[in-house]
Amino acid sequence: MSAIIKPDEADDLLGRELRGELPDERGRFGPFGGRYVPETLVPAFDRLEAGVHEHLHEPSFQAEYRRELREWVGRPTALTHAPRLSERWGADVWLKREDLAHTGAHKINNAIGQALLARRLGARRVIAETGAGQHGVASAAACARVGLPCTVYMGAVDIERQAPNVDRMRRLGAEVVAVTAGDATLRAAIDEALRVWVSDPDGIYYILGSAVGAHPYPYLVRELHRVIGEEAREQMQRQAGGLPDAAFACVGGGSNAIGLFYPMLNDDTELIGVEAGGTGSGLGQNAATLATGTPGVLQGTYTIILQDGDGQVQETHSISAGLDYSGVGPEHALLQSVGRVRYISATDDEALAALEELCEFEGILTALETSHAFSAARDWARENPGKRLLIGNSGRGDKDMPTLTKFPAKVRSHAGA
Amino acid sequence: MQAHERVTAAIRAANDEGRTALIPFITAGYPERGRFAETLERVAAAGDVVEIGIPFSDPMADGMTIQRSSFEALRQGVSLAWIFDEIEAAKDAIRAPLVMMSYLNPLLQFGYERLAERAKATGVCAFIVPDLPYEESAEFRSALEAEGLGLVQLVTPASPVERLEMLGQASRGFVYAVTITGITGGDAGLPDDLAGYLDQVSGLSPLPVCAGFGIRAAADVRNVGRHAAGAIVGSALVEVLEKGEDPTAFLESLRSA
Repeated sequence: MSAIIKPDEADDLLGRELRGELPDERGRFGPFGGRYVPETLVPAFDRLEAGVHEHLHEPSFQAEYRRELREWVGRPTALTHAPRLSERWGADVWLKREDLAHTGAHKINNAIGQALLARRLGARRVIAETGAGQHGVASAAACARVGLPCTVYMGAVDIERQAPNVDRMRRLGAEVVAVTAGDATLRAAIDEALRVWVSDPDGIYYILGSAVGAHPYPYLVRELHRVIGEEAREQMQRQAGGLPDAAFACVGGGSNAIGLFYPMLNDDTELIGVEAGGTGSGLGQNAATLATGTPGVLQGTYTIILQDGDGQVQETHSISAGLDYSGVGPEHALLQSVGRVRYISATDDEALAALEELCEFEGILTALETSHAFSAARDWARENPGKRLLIGNSGRGDKDMPTLTKFPAKVRSHAGA
Repeated sequence: MQAHERVTAAIRAANDEGRTALIPFITAGYPERGRFAETLERVAAAGDVVEIGIPFSDPMADGMTIQRSSFEALRQGVSLAWIFDEIEAAKDAIRAPLVMMSYLNPLLQFGYERLAERAKATGVCAFIVPDLPYEESAEFRSALEAEGLGLVQLVTPASPVERLEMLGQASRGFVYAVTITGITGGDAGLPDDLAGYLDQVSGLSPLPVCAGFGIRAAADVRNVGRHAAGAIVGSALVEVLEKGEDPTAFLESLRSA
């Protein structure tokens, strides 16, 4: 299980990835991925994998899923030109508007897809974890839509900083359970959801919310989000006159990024994932997993994780709950190691500044997670003038108001205008 | 005799004396790091095999007790390298074979070959890795086998019969039969259909079968002892240690028929 990929292996793996051959039959993206789960869950994962193979690309499932995306989620989401940002940055800036999807973020693509799958697989109830609350809200809504009871596990720290989403989940019929163990954020919520699943592997369907975890989740979540990139490619060609020179997406577990990037892997587009740089480069000060992490096994998958020399997973810091995670999807680990996607980070302060700029110049309150991608895109635009940029605007920022109130808005007077 | 065969032999020896083998579990360095060696010696004197838990930041198969013990041990600076040093210093006073229970990542970062060498040198005979299913274990097993060490396979009530058979054959030391569909530390009692399940597992493996999860009292040990070679006691013992009570007295109380 070596993560050191030799140059000739990297070429071979990149070729297989570009041809759509990964993950392999063992759930591997090169050395990354796999299935490291307790024995009690092995039969449940076997059933899930068989169910994914049976249903996911089957025409009647796809017809049902596409109809829900169109009529309930509101897809395709818009591609929006950003003329004032373009002028400021010296670039041609386009935004893929996942914030306009039902419930306010890309998360709904995956949640409704997995809820439909859960119903086909005969689940009695659904569980989900959530960090920022967007996946919890999406799961609650999707379960209400398909008629399955939903319980959402959420870290106590996140419950506090994403309070509006907790209320939304409850109104959508979900039970919200606070997780106080461990770091009381997303990682602890996933651990707890796995424990609950172990108690009833036959009756429970677990809607995992990011492209992380054991096989087949990274594959399943990617397949349910690739609609983002497929739409964006088509819209860029039609509206912007061509594919982007560079595309940006924020990366926590990496679900919106893999959804945007995967259909563009074969394009001549530079792909840049942006992680949470937090308050600094020290261990525990950020969630820049790919930038500073090392290979290890976390929550069912072999990937890059933030850990100490003893293999203890480290706590992270980010102003955005959705990026505050010590691991990253195994496919991103591969894409970094073979050099197809570059991963960089933006700090808390840079993300806040980008959020303000997008509000002020384009009238869009974006999520704190998404703001990281804007910050990196602006820096890139200034170094590469005159280019066409695509930014995955993965979610809206209304949920971040409790955090944002700590940074008072400018008080303006327009009387003399 | 290979190291993992010492574990098997210790369980069979207890059975030959008419006893159910008792396998106490402790989280290394909990509740007090400075008393680990002393606790280990006392528990080893009362048990037939001892299971030493390596603390991990993400114990996803464990309930509140083991989670709490794991986080606290880490807070006190317990690491795998330190645990091996402590065991090595205490090993002349310990006769029971030792088994380590660890999630995979600390073992992976330690390095499999170095791990197997340290285990052999310190008297650790086998490993239990709750997040390493058989299908992902080839590399780890071959590193252990090179030193005569074993990987204990877990089976659960959710395992289909063909898996029970495969795991029963693949296991080394003993077969760890998880009694419940759930995590450690439950107090909901043992399931009603336990006997049939344990008999089935026992019939599918040449190794002794030891039952774990939810075993808290003498009645539980008697109950599983009719259908399994051994009983593993984890959370209940950790709670005894946590309260500052005498582990020897508790373990002896489990044997009282």
